[in-house]
Amino acid sequence: MSLLQARGISKRFGGVQAVSALDLDVAEGEVVGLIGPNGAGKTTAFDLLSGFLVPDAGEIRFRGVSLRGRKPHAICALGLARTFQIVRPFPRLSVLDNVLVGALGRHADAATARSRARAVVERVGLGPKAAAPASGLTLAERKRVELARALATEPALLLLDEVMAGLNPTEIAVLVALIGDINASGVSILLIEHNMRAVMTLSRRIVVLSFGERVAEGSPAAVARHPKVIEAYLGEEYVDGAAPTR
Amino acid sequence: MAVGLSLIFGVMRVVNFAHGDLMVWGMYLAWVLATRGGVDPYASFIVCAAVLFVVGVAIQRGLVQRIVDAPHEMQILLMLGVALVLENTALLVFGPEPHRVRSSLAQSTVWLGPLFVDVARLITFGVAVALTALLSLFLFRTDIGRSIRAAADNTYGALVIGTDVRRVYAVAFGVGAACVGAAGALVAPLVPFQPPTGLQLSVASFNIVIIGGMGSLVGAFAGGLLVSVAESLGAVFLKPSLKELVSFSLLVLILLFRPAGIFGRRAP
Amino acid sequence: MRWAAGAAVALLLALPAFPSVFGSYAVTLFTLIFFYGFLGQSWNVVGGYAGQLSAGHAAFLGVGAYTAAVLSVELGVTPWIGMFAGGGLAAALGALVGYLGFRFGLRGFYFVLLTVALAEMCRIVAANTDAVGGALGYYITFTGNPRQFQFQDPRAYYYIALGLMLAATALVGWLAPRRFGVYLTAIREDERACEAAGVDTFRYKMLAMLLSAFLTGIGGTFYAFYLFSLQPNTVFGVPLSVEIIIRPIVGGAGTVLGPVVGSFILSPLAELSRHYFAQGGWHGAHLVAYGVLLIAVVLFLPDGAWPRLQRALHRRARPAA
Repeated sequence: MSLLQARGISKRFGGVQAVSALDLDVAEGEVVGLIGPNGAGKTTAFDLLSGFLVPDAGEIRFRGVSLRGRKPHAICALGLARTFQIVRPFPRLSVLDNVLVGALGRHADAATARSRARAVVERVGLGPKAAAPASGLTLAERKRVELARALATEPALLLLDEVMAGLNPTEIAVLVALIGDINASGVSILLIEHNMRAVMTLSRRIVVLSFGERVAEGSPAAVARHPKVIEAYLGEEYVDGAAPTR
Repeated sequence: MAVGLSLIFGVMRVVNFAHGDLMVWGMYLAWVLATRGGVDPYASFIVCAAVLFVVGVAIQRGLVQRIVDAPHEMQILLMLGVALVLENTALLVFGPEPHRVRSSLAQSTVWLGPLFVDVARLITFGVAVALTALLSLFLFRTDIGRSIRAAADNTYGALVIGTDVRRVYAVAFGVGAACVGAAGALVAPLVPFQPPTGLQLSVASFNIVIIGGMGSLVGAFAGGLLVSVAESLGAVFLKPSLKELVSFSLLVLILLFRPAGIFGRRAP
Repeated sequence: MRWAAGAAVALLLALPAFPSVFGSYAVTLFTLIFFYGFLGQSWNVVGGYAGQLSAGHAAFLGVGAYTAAVLSVELGVTPWIGMFAGGGLAAALGALVGYLGFRFGLRGFYFVLLTVALAEMCRIVAANTDAVGGALGYYITFTGNPRQFQFQDPRAYYYIALGLMLAATALVGWLAPRRFGVYLTAIREDERACEAAGVDTFRYKMLAMLLSAFLTGIGGTFYAFYLFSLQPNTVFGVPLSVEIIIRPIVGGAGTVLGPVVGSFILSPLAELSRHYFAQGGWHGAHLVAYGVLLIAVVLFLPDGAWPRLQRALHRRARPAA
């Protein structure tokens, strides 16, 4: 069952076509990876899907509802949550309060919201730090706060923007396990990632973007061998599989 | 006056609420020099500029530097505090009555084609143009000037190439204050001034800079002209006391529809 | 910490008893502390919690004051009702300011400037409207009639001001842990992240603005019927806006007790220096002190005095930690 359907979305900034006629689907229960070299338009695509940018063209349907003209908070209310590439927890608020903000979107009563928030905080492993202000945490912990906050909005689809960036291998392993766990509990995930191992492990399907266009799509293995993908990341010379002679 | 403010904002993104009050001190300084030293303000403005340069650097080094990375609210409040101190110290030292500076030139007028122009205002205009030109030269031709512009465009990049950003900031602030000191001295013979004038001047400077465009010197200058013309027209067509309403309305409109100002390059 | 809470409760219970014990000067002083504490708390909703620095709050006070005054003098409407009209009109002005600022995405400095510009425009309009007395001001004749919100006995004003401050503080204290309060503190931190987490930032900022303006407008009625004369330059002016915002900022913006603590610190300071210095012909000395305090707070106590005090008290209670 299709959860998210984006058709032909485009966005231009001045002279740059950041995203060009992009089609993107996420089915229920899927983990889809979105990869591509820097500047390929991945975060722009996220901004378009989550309502932070208005597409110049194209249609986005989420759970059958058109997202046209909706503000980000309304889209979140529909069940689409996102995190940011440069992590933004609320610095002066505690971990629990950070997550509480997310939970309040689903539960108007503060007490109920608070207990739900606490459950989410425990789930991401930040239980002991629940009362600490977010500004004092390590990068990995702050990423988990933001993840928890998004999770507390009880999304059907979670957009994760480079959550592994800047983390060491141990932290990455923990996060991969957590994301897998979240998906197992019924949340679909669309993830932008540069860490190939993580993406290959988690994704059932991968979409490759280059210069704002989709250049490949398929299973992780297929995508890894795809000539266009190799070209996009490494350049034409590598397509034949041999390194260029120097 | 507006040029100075634009410089400070453009470089450090710190909004100087104390701008008008610095100018008032420039005026008082000119007054002191005129009454005690017998120096005509059209000559003393250079001294005023120099003194205020030092004051500006002191304020920047001592206070502003500490909160350059702080959230905007803090910066605003800090400068508000400085403004309060400046305004009310002036009140304590000079008293609440309006002061005026007398200049021999202020009395004479001259025919300029079909218009009857006041020499004092003519000189003020001339000096303002000259100073703005000098400032542009400074910013575009000297090394320090270039560093200031670099820091304004891309602070991190400037740091990377080894610019002493703190020094640059101090100089920028100082120059901004100097502009205002000169402006104060030049304007002193034209209008009576008292400590509360500081606020009006600050607001006027903001008006002008926002309308003309933050971070753009041409904008500041053009903005100044635009606002003065608008206000004068307002005074002609509406009751004189409502002329401030015109510039405020203009400010509100620009804030809403084109916050970058007419010449501004930077979005808020 | 328990002794501190106990002391606070004791103080609270003692406050109503003060007027019988103190002389008239002290009563006036406390009345001002409470009144400015009330105004500061009203500002706190939008300025402290939501982080939208409004430097034009005097406009709301002015609108409330003039409305209640005019309704009373011209139409004989009792200020007890007029105050809600005043508050309502102030809220309408707040809605306008909020709409313009928030819909057009004005943040930080630009928003401050907008609020100042609008307050100044109100001032100029009021000063040029002869129907409300123009630049000379609007005067209310003293009748001492409680139905007209006028009292012979200054102690009545004391109790009303105390009531206002306590009510506003209770309201803020009630709202702070609820969704409204939590959302506002999050908005103050990072609006974009809020949107991503499902917070309708525009709606909540507007609500905060409406509430803040409404309360300040009600304060305007008190102001009008305490001082009996309204001058546009004073009532809409930036100095009054500064008086309103400095107490919560020094005391702790975005906290429940910050504005109260701030008022207890600053009002006596203001009155004492006004008293002391004005006699020597040194006007405005207290404003210099304000300026210095503001600078000091920004540099050394950015959260305000009350949070710092709280931390110190916590440490006393738990020396082993």
